[in-house]
Amino acid sequence: MSDRRIGVYICHCGGNISDYVDVERVREAVQNEPGVVVARTAMFTCSDATQQEIVQDIKERNLDGLVVASCSPKLHLFTFRNAARRAGLNPYQYTQVNIREQCSWTHTDDRDGATEKAIRLIRAGIARTILTEPLEPIIIDTVPKVLVAGGGIAGLRAAIGMADIGISVFLIEKSPAVGGWIGRLEKMYPHGRNGRQLIDKLVDEVKKRENITLFTNAELVEKSGNIGDFNVKIRVSGQGDKKDDITANVGSIIIATGFDSYQPGAGEYGYGIDGVITLPEFKELLDSSDGIPARNGKAIKDVVYIYCVGSRQQPDRENPNLYCSRYCCNAAVHASLLLAEKNPKSHQYHLFRDVRTYGRYELLYSQSREAGSTYLRFGEDDPPAVERCSGGKIKVTVKDLLTFGEEVEIKADIVVLVTGMVPRKNGELVDVLKLPVGRDRFFNEIHPKLRPVETVVDGVFICGACQGPKNSAESVASALAAVTQSASILKKGYVELDPLMASVNPQLCDWCDECVKVCPYSAIEKGEEQGKEVARINKTGCKGCGGCVPVCPREAIDLKGYTDAQIKSMIDGFLKETF
Amino acid sequence: MTGQAGGDKGFSPKILVFSTHNISDPGIDLAGSSHMHYPPTVLVTSMPCSSGIKPEWILYAVEKGFDGVFLATDGEECAYLPDCAERTSHIAREAQELLRQKGYEPQRVRMSGICSVCAEPFTNHMKEFSEALKKLGPVRKE
Repeated sequence: MSDRRIGVYICHCGGNISDYVDVERVREAVQNEPGVVVARTAMFTCSDATQQEIVQDIKERNLDGLVVASCSPKLHLFTFRNAARRAGLNPYQYTQVNIREQCSWTHTDDRDGATEKAIRLIRAGIARTILTEPLEPIIIDTVPKVLVAGGGIAGLRAAIGMADIGISVFLIEKSPAVGGWIGRLEKMYPHGRNGRQLIDKLVDEVKKRENITLFTNAELVEKSGNIGDFNVKIRVSGQGDKKDDITANVGSIIIATGFDSYQPGAGEYGYGIDGVITLPEFKELLDSSDGIPARNGKAIKDVVYIYCVGSRQQPDRENPNLYCSRYCCNAAVHASLLLAEKNPKSHQYHLFRDVRTYGRYELLYSQSREAGSTYLRFGEDDPPAVERCSGGKIKVTVKDLLTFGEEVEIKADIVVLVTGMVPRKNGELVDVLKLPVGRDRFFNEIHPKLRPVETVVDGVFICGACQGPKNSAESVASALAAVTQSASILKKGYVELDPLMASVNPQLCDWCDECVKVCPYSAIEKGEEQGKEVARINKTGCKGCGGCVPVCPREAIDLKGYTDAQIKSMIDGFLKETF
Repeated sequence: MTGQAGGDKGFSPKILVFSTHNISDPGIDLAGSSHMHYPPTVLVTSMPCSSGIKPEWILYAVEKGFDGVFLATDGEECAYLPDCAERTSHIAREAQELLRQKGYEPQRVRMSGICSVCAEPFTNHMKEFSEALKKLGPVRKE
């Protein structure tokens, strides 16, 4: 038995756990475990109310250990460590048990199996907690510098934001010039703002700041170290094959590498036929024409737009893009208004599945209809057919659902495929950073609502369209969020790391120096204990890897938080019969 | 637990996975977030670095009733030790030797590099390992 006083809280996660795990059965199975004095379930353990309840339990019932079984510790380890701290319990006497990512969500097909597993995981968590001791965190000084990767609107804005807070910035851009997609645009919504000019303005601001160093033709090729103190290698390509490597020491990294435009396959909605172009190609055509936009010397009069190309694809395709790209309805409607302005005699037909001109973009949609655009709705299982036809025209045939499936034939001068956003192909960067990507292959944040710019790699932040489809305003907003999160670490000047260091039991140690040989940080030295030579751990040098633990022939070394006794008792906890 | 005793059809091997906080655990989390399925008799515990796993723990786990132990290692991107994979494979070999001495099949220990985006590889490893252990039969033969 144990004389510990442990509280166990099992989370429903609003159904994310309780739809697949019988949490009440789990609670009953763990409530009488040794050391447990209170076991409760909660709809959302991370809610203020439940945290308050936990704090109250710790105080009133004098708890000396806490277990929360909920999501991955990547999300809420610190939430509950802080709750423990607020209640006067040492945060290192808290154990988070992951019964969501590593249980309910991965066993959605087996309720009994998932329930049993949750019981086993929690029992191991309780067993570990019984053997915890109060610890104090290690403090590491942070380097007041940041690396921003990507020189589009998000990266530029983030660089300026960091610089203004007083953090030195290395801004790297893979291509020869900064500006990204926005730098190539003329008129944008709202107010007809010119994209190129917006970027010029940001570049001027960058130039004014001495604490921003910009490298173009540059890529991040290596990263080592930890939050607050990363070493990065930047490879800058010069003339010909010349490449220079620059190393830098930074406290955090902001990734703003943007998106690629969806590239239709040959024959996809007639792509490949002369006059069938993508939305970015059409925008370029509009932006580059002074008078009436023309193609092959002929004024563009009849235009067909086909929406949702590369977005909201059918799930039975190979690697489908299931998501809505969010910006394309607005961009296509806006482009049609630009054409209407430049050629008032144009006829424009929008073949859409659903129009998603959310928020103020709805006004654009109304304007386009007033300006004469015609909207026809097609079904996803009956897409429009695009064919070449005589006289340089392109024939588009579509069944219009708004007129009960009437077949409409349009002869167009050009067909614009309203292409969506896809993740950039930057496998090298993914390899270097080891950043997780989601099912849609964009970078993943820790929590879409609560921690939208942080990643599972501490100290590495994401913003802009590298994370998923965003318009420029949303990209800049997320860039500034990344600035805030990043600066909040770097301005504090230090980060707290887990005090999970090695410790030597001097009674067992008889100084053979095996541990010294395997420590790459030279954190172990010869010491003396009661006249006996023993290994001694240097507290600022030890990084807590535990590499010395298995090499000790006397089993005299333990890693705090993962001691021999803890691991063995966790194994026992995992294996106890469930019912 | 289902199929604990005997080598019957219902035997679902219990697998202990040692993962690492920063590299393989996010990969295993991602498998869950993507609703990929592997047997619920797989139980994961996470450490700072796989170089800190004691071979004795692996033996202990098998002696206590785990049918297999899987080391989800960091590989080259380990933030702590550049030779982490090498060290961990040494640990795995030592553990296999310990198992052999006690009369257990060394195939009950496996290791593989699992990175922070290795959701699918992890899921496949678990399914394959589980199948291999089914052929081997339960560690407790009573």
